[in-house]
Amino acid sequence: MRMLFTLFALALAGSVGAQEAKVTLKDGPGKEKAMQCVACHSLDYIGMNSRFMDKAGWTASVNKMINVFGAAIAKEDVDAIATYLAQQYGRTPQK
Amino acid sequence: MEKARRISNASRRGFVTGLAGMGALSALGAVPRALAAPVGSTAALGFAEVPDGTLAEQIMYALPGKVPLIKKTFRPPNFETPIEYFRTPITQNRAFFVRYHLAAIPEVKAEQWALSVGGESAERELKFTLGQLRKEFRAAQVTAVCQCSGNRRGLFEPHVPGVEWGVGAMGNAVWRGVRLKDVLAKAGIKAGALEVVFDGADRAPLEKTPDFVKSLPVEVATGDDVLIAFEMNGQPLPHWNGFPARLVVPGWTGTYWIKQLTSVRVVSKPEGNFWMKTAYRLPRGKFKTVSFKSQLAEANEPITTMVVNSLITSLRSGQRVARGKPIEVKGIAWDGGSGIDRVEISRDFGKSWQVARLGKDLGRYSFREFAGSAAAHEGGAMVIMARATSLAGETQVNELIHNPAGYHHNVIQRLYVEVV
Repeated sequence: MRMLFTLFALALAGSVGAQEAKVTLKDGPGKEKAMQCVACHSLDYIGMNSRFMDKAGWTASVNKMINVFGAAIAKEDVDAIATYLAQQYGRTPQK
Repeated sequence: MEKARRISNASRRGFVTGLAGMGALSALGAVPRALAAPVGSTAALGFAEVPDGTLAEQIMYALPGKVPLIKKTFRPPNFETPIEYFRTPITQNRAFFVRYHLAAIPEVKAEQWALSVGGESAERELKFTLGQLRKEFRAAQVTAVCQCSGNRRGLFEPHVPGVEWGVGAMGNAVWRGVRLKDVLAKAGIKAGALEVVFDGADRAPLEKTPDFVKSLPVEVATGDDVLIAFEMNGQPLPHWNGFPARLVVPGWTGTYWIKQLTSVRVVSKPEGNFWMKTAYRLPRGKFKTVSFKSQLAEANEPITTMVVNSLITSLRSGQRVARGKPIEVKGIAWDGGSGIDRVEISRDFGKSWQVARLGKDLGRYSFREFAGSAAAHEGGAMVIMARATSLAGETQVNELIHNPAGYHHNVIQRLYVEVV
């Protein structure tokens, strides 16, 4: 985790980074785990891809980040992250 | 005239963010439509709208050296050119779109840059500085459209994930550098060479992420018009567009135009990395573009050349126009390198079409301007459309050809104006 935040801090060093810091995720259960996404990309990628994916779609996205792009996200976090993304950024609000 | 409607992007942004987005805006029924259009709305241009979440994320933002562009994502940087900059056939460097896959983008110094040329199907391994490339090879230039494969992805219905581009992930420039084929000839191409593989200086923050590496068929890479370009519109390439040297592959989509080019390898086997084998693929046979034979898979094939397309730049959807006065319908058209044969304009939702005048021919890979007019005799709503046909005989489509990654959107634009 420390490495993630170091990377994030580095990315925020420039003025573009200062702008990026203004992009935040919606509050909700699982947000902390979803914050791991910032290791590789700004969080606006998530908002940009809303709201049209269901939980299966978000699960596929998170798995692609791990399996294809090598994101250091634990397998056991996938469901919590996908649930959060589906609830906050999903096609239909889920209870 | 409709000057009052030309609200600056900056004030529109303030307006939208101030009201916390679309929901609040639509509650204000009295707000004029053009004023209410959020940053980067494609509905305002007569297309399907980008996703709600995309509209909410978009702001106008100026990267260093650029004018404010439509921000899609900060890191990696993905920024779209607003419609205003497509009213000339050449796109200004400072307004040219920015598209990266990987977030570690070095500031390359011209004097430290070097290009490696070799590979198992090259006779020898060579290294060139910028000065050597300029000195040892004859200069060449081409005017060509660079368009992201996923330009207009955001207009797909149903939506598909990815960078939700509107219409501005493209630009047209005069590219100047040296011919790749001349450089490859110096390295020597062995019999059995199949593809040429390109890598740039950009990397991912994580080591495990596949590096962005692309290949071209050797016969495409050795074509007369493929350049290693140092200049764009008479200036050095902007950092965000590949300084100090990038590949220019006229007619082919932007994915092949590797920025900050560092390595060119001639190989005898198909390149097998993620960006070739999995990404940038189309269901096989769905489009009539050229085929990348060494990369064909059973179900899919790589995207290659651009499909014919056009963009009306002189009107906004919902705009009010005066009855009895001809409405100027101007814009640009382009394709994958055959050139534009004609652009037709309809003012009756496609029942009848009139041929528009074409502007100066800047070459078969360039944007081609068109201009026509549509008379507005009666009051009420009027739908204006433009339809380009290439010299290869391809025409824009009425209905979207849906595909999983959201490529090749060339659905005919349908702008509606209110005649008052």
